[in-house]
Amino acid sequence: MQNDSFIEFKHVSFGYGDRLILQDISLKIGRGQLVAIMGGSGSGKTTLLRLISGQIRAQQGQVLVDGRDVGRMNQRELYQHRRRMGMLFQFGALFTDLPVFDNVAFPIREHTSLSPAMVRDLVLMKLHAVGLRGTESLMPAELSGGMSRRIALARAIALDPQIMLYDEPFTGLDPISLATIALLIKKLSDALGTSAVMVTHDVHKSLEIVDYVYFIAGGKIAAAGTPDEVRASDSPWVHQFIHGEADGPVHFAYPAQQSLAGSFGLEGA
Amino acid sequence: MMLDNLLAPLRHLGHSSINAIWKLGMMSRFLLAILAHSGQSLLRFQLTIREVYFAGVLSLIIIVVSGLFVGMVLGLQGYNTLSRFGSADALGALVALSLLRELGPVLAALLFASRSGSAMTAEIGLMKATEQLEAMSVMAVDPVARVVAPRFWAGVISMPILAALFNVMGIFGGYLVGVVMIGLDEGTFWSQMQNNVDLHSDVINGLIKSLFFGIAVTLIAVFEGFDATPTAAGVSSATTRTVVTSALVILALDFVLTAFMF
Ligand SMILES: Nc1ncnc2c1ncn2[C@@H]1O[C@H](COP(=O)(O)OP(=O)(O)OP(=O)(O)O)[C@@H](O)[C@H]1O
Ligand SMILES: [Mg+2]
Repeated sequence: MQNDSFIEFKHVSFGYGDRLILQDISLKIGRGQLVAIMGGSGSGKTTLLRLISGQIRAQQGQVLVDGRDVGRMNQRELYQHRRRMGMLFQFGALFTDLPVFDNVAFPIREHTSLSPAMVRDLVLMKLHAVGLRGTESLMPAELSGGMSRRIALARAIALDPQIMLYDEPFTGLDPISLATIALLIKKLSDALGTSAVMVTHDVHKSLEIVDYVYFIAGGKIAAAGTPDEVRASDSPWVHQFIHGEADGPVHFAYPAQQSLAGSFGLEGA
Repeated sequence: MMLDNLLAPLRHLGHSSINAIWKLGMMSRFLLAILAHSGQSLLRFQLTIREVYFAGVLSLIIIVVSGLFVGMVLGLQGYNTLSRFGSADALGALVALSLLRELGPVLAALLFASRSGSAMTAEIGLMKATEQLEAMSVMAVDPVARVVAPRFWAGVISMPILAALFNVMGIFGGYLVGVVMIGLDEGTFWSQMQNNVDLHSDVINGLIKSLFFGIAVTLIAVFEGFDATPTAAGVSSATTRTVVTSALVILALDFVLTAFMF
């Protein structure tokens, strides 16, 4: 199933300063696949996305996108790589000096020479997709947290990217918006063939829409599998994670203990 | 132990010197990067125009008011001194020369640094702290080209214009005090000014000064913003640094330029 991989990590390690965050990570994401990354707070999920977008470079190993090593790209190649990529930041990162309309229009205006009328149609379409048509003239400061993130999502998908990186797209959404956004993410992958990596804590919703799940803990891939495999897993760790139990093999402490790795039932990819 | 205490200030001095030189190097590299990425700010000139509005137009009030008062003070003080030597007729020339050569460029630059330079640093620093610059770069848009360069050029364009405006207002202030208030002869006031002010050595040199100040202040402002620690405290200390460093650099640069020009 995953032979035609579009994004591939080969024995990747990364640390900030002396502190290793990711160690010897290997994983594969196929063309058009939607893959979820789950793991505790501070386990390195955002770091993993930043490796794909080239904001940081792996200290060891390779991050391959469409066969090319992101860590070895120069500035120009990196920008070419990013042109076909969309990223939803964990905290939105909207441009606070621009109204909603100009925020969503930003990548369109920067990278295409469409007429103002076409830009307008496109922006309204994207805003409609995230359920926020009618907010075009608001400033980011006038939006709620959940609204900002949906506007940021609209901006990220403005140019129909081939690769989408979502950093916690469901955080702060009411159940109806959450279902809408989940459907939108699913549709992007199915209809446009976007390969997507989604960091999320919403286990149940994401198991409904993703093709594959990686769990990370202690800097390693702790477990991996399709949603069905995950649901059926008898690993106490996965069980604790997807049922959100406070007590179990994972203790609520910092930093995550490495000895946990032994207790995972799924293939340690 | 004793020796350690004695050496501490020396070590501190060495440390800050190395830091200052390091920063100067970083800033030069940053200037090169800005120049290399200036294509967009010139081709899409409305980006720069927008920043001229924020940097220049919004400084107008403070420049106009300060220029007027500085000119009026010059008029009063100048008249006091000149009349002791019986040469109050030269007031026009005195006001114009002091403004064109020194006060106009220097004071306008100091005001510009505290009004627009600090705002630029705060704005860019905040964009950095809230990941906006990062987001832009991930959208394959270079923040140096899109955010920094237009602001830099806007500052470089605005500064000489603001200094010229400061001069005009200052001369008008001198005229108000000398001619309207004190009652000097209007014709003498203007003709003395006309005879003693040289287009090249006074007007042009003053403009060249303000051009240098514009480059220095704006470069410091955008660099400090871009280099700020991405936190609230980091942005606030970067803003302070912009104002302090700009003031020192303006005064030092003024000395050097004056030594070369006059
Ligand atoms: N710029 C940085 N400098 C130093 N350490 C960092 C930096 N960014 C993140 N870290 C550290 O790296 C670790 C992983 O961070 P990361 O943001 O990837 O976590 P995460 O899995 O996304 O967590 P969350 O679910 O809370 O968003 C954290 O322990 C954090 O302390
Ligand atoms: Mg994160």
